[in-house]
Amino acid sequence: MTTPLAGYLLVAALLFAIGLGGALVRRNAILVLIGIELMLNAANLNLIAFWRFGPHPEALTGMMFAIFSIAVAAAEAAVGLGLVIAIYRHTNTAELDKIDRMKG
Amino acid sequence: MSLTFYLLAALTLAGGLAAVLLKHLVHCALAVTVAFAGLALLFLQLDAQFAGFAQILVYIGAVAILIVFAILLTRGSDLPKDGVFSKTWYLGLVIAAGVFAVLGWAVLASVRAIPQQDVVPTVTVHDIGIALVGRYVLPLEIVALLLTAATIGAVIVAMHEKERAK
Repeated sequence: MTTPLAGYLLVAALLFAIGLGGALVRRNAILVLIGIELMLNAANLNLIAFWRFGPHPEALTGMMFAIFSIAVAAAEAAVGLGLVIAIYRHTNTAELDKIDRMKG
Repeated sequence: MSLTFYLLAALTLAGGLAAVLLKHLVHCALAVTVAFAGLALLFLQLDAQFAGFAQILVYIGAVAILIVFAILLTRGSDLPKDGVFSKTWYLGLVIAAGVFAVLGWAVLASVRAIPQQDVVPTVTVHDIGIALVGRYVLPLEIVALLLTAATIGAVIVAMHEKERAK
């Protein structure tokens, strides 16, 4: 059957597809952000899996990449949700279909 | 491939699917927390203890709470009248399925070439700390600056708008 790394990569690919589908299909801006978070997490799983099964895990490259990615994702979530709240205050909705004017 | 891996993968994917498909936003937030927890357990399964605990602290501790706050502040708990999915949902479904098909094909086509070391890496938190202040000190400082800027930016963006001076 498949190797362990291939299993992890397939799980990450499936999670990425789920996140992408969620970001494309849902109307609510918060759900789109949740989809983006799922995609970022899938990428982190890839990084960690390659670190674990690749050569030279003691160099810590993949692990560091994943840790920095987690930190950047936290910043992204804070700014993204702040933007959603600001848009909600302005237009009274978080539904992306209804936010169709550039001019407030 | 152990039974633990299959269980954790099923938990993570079920959480992700539920987060995307459920109607109530609060349920979605709970489901995405389950997915985050499953991912943290997968990291632990991969012998990456530090990343696993960072995942628990950052995602379950901070991001999930932020999402819940945003849902409550935007009254996302009320159900919209015209459905939760956009009008062009089938297009998004096709794109997501296409992306998964390409990624899955790429993984399965390169099964022989991908590395498969089975030595458990012995990396302690001490090693990670030394690497963070040694080889990775510049990225660490940049991330610190980014987090500060993002926090201030998020507060300014979400702050209550005052009467603008004209």
